[in-house]
Amino acid sequence: MTLARRKFDTLVIGAGGGGLRAALQLAQADAKVAVVSKVFPTRSHTVAAQGGINAALANVLPDNWHWHMYDTIKGSDYLGDQDAIEYMCRAASNLVVELEHAGVPFSRLENGNIYQRPFGGQSQDFGGKQAARTCAAADRTGHAILHTLYQQNIRAKTHFFDEYFAIDLIKDEEGVILGALVMSIETGEPLLIEAKTTLLATGGAGQLFRTNTNAHINTGDGLAMALRAGIPLQDMEFFQFHPTGIAGKGMLISEAARGEGGYLTNKNGERFMERYAPNAKDLASRDVVSRAIFIEVQEGRGCGPSGDYVNLNINHLGEEVLNKRLPAICDSIRTFLRVDPAKDPVPIYPTAHYTMGGIPTNRQGQVVVPIEHGEEPIPGLYAVGECACVSVHGANRLGGNSLLDIVVFGRAAGNDIIGYLREHRYHRPINESDVEQAMAHLTRWDRKGDGISVAGLRGELQAIMEKYCGVFRTEEILQQGLEKVLEIEQRLDDVVLYDHSKIFNTARIEAFELENLVDIALATVKSALSRQESRGAHSRVDYPERDDKHWLKHSLFYKQDRRMAYKPVRLKPLTVDTFPPKERVY
Amino acid sequence: MRFLIYRYHPEKDQKPYMQAFELDGLDKNKMLRDALLLIKKQDESFTFRHSCGEGVCGSDALNINGTNGLACITPLSSLKEPVEVRPLPGMPVIRDLVVDMAQFYKHYREVKPYLVVTDPEPEVEFKQSPEERSKLDGLYECILCGCCTTACPSFWWNPEKFRGPAALLQAYRFLADSRDQAHDKRLEELDGPYRMFRCHTIMNCVNVCPKGLNPTEAIHNIKRMMMKDVV
Ligand SMILES: Cc1cc2nc3c(=O)[nH]c(=O)nc-3n(C[C@H](O)[C@H](O)[C@H](O)COP(=O)(O)OP(=O)(O)OC[C@H]3O[C@@H](n4cnc5c(N)ncnc54)[C@H](O)[C@@H]3O)c2cc1C
Ligand code: SF4
Repeated sequence: MTLARRKFDTLVIGAGGGGLRAALQLAQADAKVAVVSKVFPTRSHTVAAQGGINAALANVLPDNWHWHMYDTIKGSDYLGDQDAIEYMCRAASNLVVELEHAGVPFSRLENGNIYQRPFGGQSQDFGGKQAARTCAAADRTGHAILHTLYQQNIRAKTHFFDEYFAIDLIKDEEGVILGALVMSIETGEPLLIEAKTTLLATGGAGQLFRTNTNAHINTGDGLAMALRAGIPLQDMEFFQFHPTGIAGKGMLISEAARGEGGYLTNKNGERFMERYAPNAKDLASRDVVSRAIFIEVQEGRGCGPSGDYVNLNINHLGEEVLNKRLPAICDSIRTFLRVDPAKDPVPIYPTAHYTMGGIPTNRQGQVVVPIEHGEEPIPGLYAVGECACVSVHGANRLGGNSLLDIVVFGRAAGNDIIGYLREHRYHRPINESDVEQAMAHLTRWDRKGDGISVAGLRGELQAIMEKYCGVFRTEEILQQGLEKVLEIEQRLDDVVLYDHSKIFNTARIEAFELENLVDIALATVKSALSRQESRGAHSRVDYPERDDKHWLKHSLFYKQDRRMAYKPVRLKPLTVDTFPPKERVY
Repeated sequence: MRFLIYRYHPEKDQKPYMQAFELDGLDKNKMLRDALLLIKKQDESFTFRHSCGEGVCGSDALNINGTNGLACITPLSSLKEPVEVRPLPGMPVIRDLVVDMAQFYKHYREVKPYLVVTDPEPEVEFKQSPEERSKLDGLYECILCGCCTTACPSFWWNPEKFRGPAALLQAYRFLADSRDQAHDKRLEELDGPYRMFRCHTIMNCVNVCPKGLNPTEAIHNIKRMMMKDVV
């Protein structure tokens, strides 16, 4: 069989905010860009982001990028890299203004400026009063940004491969990335896309957990592709559980609900966050609020007949605020809970939300791996967005910082690629042998016979991750979790497809996704088991304190031998003084 | 609960047929998408698009008991049995409930759905008052699900020439934006007997839009803008 081929200057895998921002930068610079996405671009999960994007515009309260930087570092529990964080916070205002110029319909203040709301973990003056830093288009900010970026890409004539599934990266003997093997979902035919650079922007892996705020497609494919190409994943033990998912279902109720004045209560009607975070209260960092809810329920102060959730109260905000600032959330509450948010409290519980870890990159979005002294980029490979780990979120991401992350580093990667293309004018040849591994991966699912089903095993994996790798962790539980995930990995060999047709075979796609999820689950559990301290989202009951002496470092998980390695946190910012680690209180 | 599902597999079937499924013990508070997922568990060859599960990505637009809507926000309790599920009407079927949306997207691209500003850009945001901004409410929220356009008889009859309600709503979204400077050009491009004027105010679009948007009103507003420009 001859494999169909296409050739572009640069390949972007993923059409969420990260991929589209990079593609736009490249298309505007007249590079030939191909964007591959397994769903039509505006169906990417960036569309679901609600609350907003952080930038110290100071439109509502005094603010500056340096305060934003401090909050982000503190929020990260000091695991964030301070150079990347300075870069992001300095760039934020320009990037938001750029989005506005591109057409994003931000909500407005009376004076015509962009509306900003308070979000968790934000402060003025390095830990002082609450700040209002989150720029919002009502509670549909992700939708507004994603559609605008897609629209501007239409204008720039970016070439889209919609509903194409990326299977594996293509790497030559010298370790240079030469593109990727993809498959048209509609025809089932493989296609080799050759490119001088390849950018992974495939989003997060929330489908690791049973109850999550993520879309069905958020299976971390790019993370697993990197692992299979021999690249380690960084800080995978840090998975964010969002405090306010709809109890039992997982749909997100944005932090904007608390930003606009909502608060949490337990079964006694007590505003319990006052006990856990006397200053920031309901707007403490997400890891702090999630743990508080977990403890309230654990200690018998949960609401409802089974005492398994707490209440979010927004009914006092009044119809006008609800309709103007939180319309989509109110719709969701009515649709999924049949509760009237203007009258009744909303049952919520922490739910898996955001992948802090990911493919290690530098500030330019280049994928980097450790060498004997320091690290070096993988030639031709970039990563941005939720699949990447720059690391600006460290051990805990602040709300509103991810939409920022994707546009800041999407743009930066685009710019760096433009430079790379100038220096690398020609495609390197691709040998048959470079494609073999990817092709073998593709044909693995042609196997016939009896066995277990993809959906069944995916469900089992999600239940295991929820039970053994959740909000609170111990050595014993994680060890059991690791064994269970390894067992699942073994059973993967027994999974077969019954549907072997070509055209729009979603069962086959889900089989690829399951393989990817298993790889990432291993990375997550193994990294969690290895880190013997509590930091940000990673809470070890058996090691309740943060341990900077031994653990102020990034973890790296390699697929081969399931090996762990570590690298230092970059504590030195670009121009300002280091924020040294100190105790984190809200 | 009983379901009748449209099936068509181009590699196997001469023509489409309806297949019955029975799901026992369904929680009627669940959504249609949950039921479709259970059916897929029984028969993995059954194919439909879906993703976010909360009505924001617009993937799972289907024809449900004769009306277009999103499976993920359609409660089972609202549906009469047997629940008949078909692909969006008037579109080429790729397989089962999956249709080819190419024409729909083409019309969207044709209306130049992006902000055009010719003045030099300031280093700060363009100013827009809350009143000006509120003109975009009911327009920018479109999720391109296609429920409206594929429910429109004018589109069924002229799928190549008539832009359809979704694209026209987007055209108006930019006409209504105080920042946009391509006003005249946009109106010019919508003139003529087909692109917009095939709309006969049948209002199917308004009745089916899962986001509660009103393309008919948007079309009406575009016509008013054209009149004003003529006078
Ligand atoms: C419900 C919710 C609300 C949120 N609210 C906020 C908020 O208010 N503020 C904030 O800052 N952050 C928020 N976040 C986080 C933020 O939205 C995401 O982290 C961010 O949008 C991720 O963008 P991305 O471009 O990296 O990935 P995504 O938008 O997830 O895009 C991934 C892309 O990769 C493609 N892809 C994946 N795998 C493959 C493959 N194998 N082949 C081909 N294509 C593939 C997909 O099709 C998609 O186009 C929220 C997240 C959720 C879930
Ligand atoms: S206007 Fe409504 S029905 Fe039409 S595509 Fe947009 S969201 Fe869907």
